[in-house]
Amino acid sequence: MAPRVEALHLVRVFGGRRAVDGVSCSLRAGECLALFGPNGAGKTTTLRLLAGLLSPTSGEARVAGVRLPAPEARHHIGLISHRAMLYEALTGRENVAFTARLYGLPDPDGATDRALRALRIAERADVPVRQLSRGMQQRVAIARAIVHGPDVLLADEPYTGLDEQGASALTALLRERREAGAAIVVVTHHLHEGLALATHAAIMQGGRFVRHEPAQGLDPLAYADTYRALVA
Amino acid sequence: MSAPGLIASAWLIARKDLAIEFRTRSAFLSALVLSLLAIVIFYFAWDPTAVGAGDLAPGVLWVTFTFSGLLGLHRSFGVEAQDGAMDALLIAPVPRQAIFVGKALANLAFVLGVQGVALPAMVLFYDVGVGAAWPALIGVMVLAAIGLVAVGTLFAGLTANTRLAELLLPVLALPFFVPIVMPAAQATAKLLAGRPLAESFAWLRILLAFDLVFAYACMLVFPATLDD
Repeated sequence: MAPRVEALHLVRVFGGRRAVDGVSCSLRAGECLALFGPNGAGKTTTLRLLAGLLSPTSGEARVAGVRLPAPEARHHIGLISHRAMLYEALTGRENVAFTARLYGLPDPDGATDRALRALRIAERADVPVRQLSRGMQQRVAIARAIVHGPDVLLADEPYTGLDEQGASALTALLRERREAGAAIVVVTHHLHEGLALATHAAIMQGGRFVRHEPAQGLDPLAYADTYRALVA
Repeated sequence: MSAPGLIASAWLIARKDLAIEFRTRSAFLSALVLSLLAIVIFYFAWDPTAVGAGDLAPGVLWVTFTFSGLLGLHRSFGVEAQDGAMDALLIAPVPRQAIFVGKALANLAFVLGVQGVALPAMVLFYDVGVGAAWPALIGVMVLAAIGLVAVGTLFAGLTANTRLAELLLPVLALPFFVPIVMPAAQATAKLLAGRPLAESFAWLRILLAFDLVFAYACMLVFPATLDD
């Protein structure tokens, strides 16, 4: 069976600068890669390449064996970003239902309800997004990302704006999705949260993986020392 | 589950854009006010003893529609740029052309809505006798709106993520509006002058040809404008 997510020698150049420089990785069902690195290391660009939002200068990204950005590959992806990616004039429910319909779900309203309940936002779902706090907006954004039951989740600083309750709900949800067979890539600055979820961990610097290993058995404190030494 | 096809997903996108515009009404009201102000300003600057209403009105009408339409076109991708909503749209498994068609449909409704108010206002102000030419005049409006919207939607998408989107959009789009506005203004002039519809056929054919070419070409080119 093809890996859920596959990056093969991904390179992306912006104006002569190699933002991503030969990244390769592969994730099977139930695996989670936590991607760490300082600002400008190329983490977000890597994630955008894996989402099909950017075309690689060379190399290729595949999801479920299909080369991105083919719609058949995008169908599998749920994207959570530090930006909410919502329409402020619409309610949370309308935002999520719009996505459910774009993915052609047979019962978009039911799927929307389930996603909103999973993020504990159902009672505020009929309020325009602009009237919600940043944390509530992020919960709606996560509900939008998971409404179609993606088996690949790409999360770029997903804890942005979330309070403690929201952060633990998100961790529980990501763990549940991973145990259900989803492959997850999490970009984060928070080593503890990332390692708690991950089956693999990587540190990026200068567009490359400078360290990439199984996360099992990694001590967060020792890993933090390694991280600081590598990115210093 | 399978994602909706081009037309179905375009309709979803258009409906979403119209719902947003209906809630905020910011672009529509701005375009409407701009249109009415332009008609009034031209009216007070007009010397009826020097230029007849039938000679002035087509120019006023198309200048007004062109610039008020730009407001809506700019707004159509502005809502996507806000908070990165475009990424969520791009990652959805719908054809990239569906985004263009959806945006163009919503923009068409916007431009036709503005025309629907501004045209009667112009007829009242300038006291031009439209008479039996109403259906033909509406046909010219619709044909021209299709061309303007096709070109405008492409350039609105292209400039949406630039820092000078408000300036770049008119600079890029206006030269491409000329082949649409020119035959539309000529056909409008003939219709307002009470000439038979057959005299406008040549202009209408040019308009239709540019509509087809622009709509098809812009839809094909649009996906290439989406990569960073």
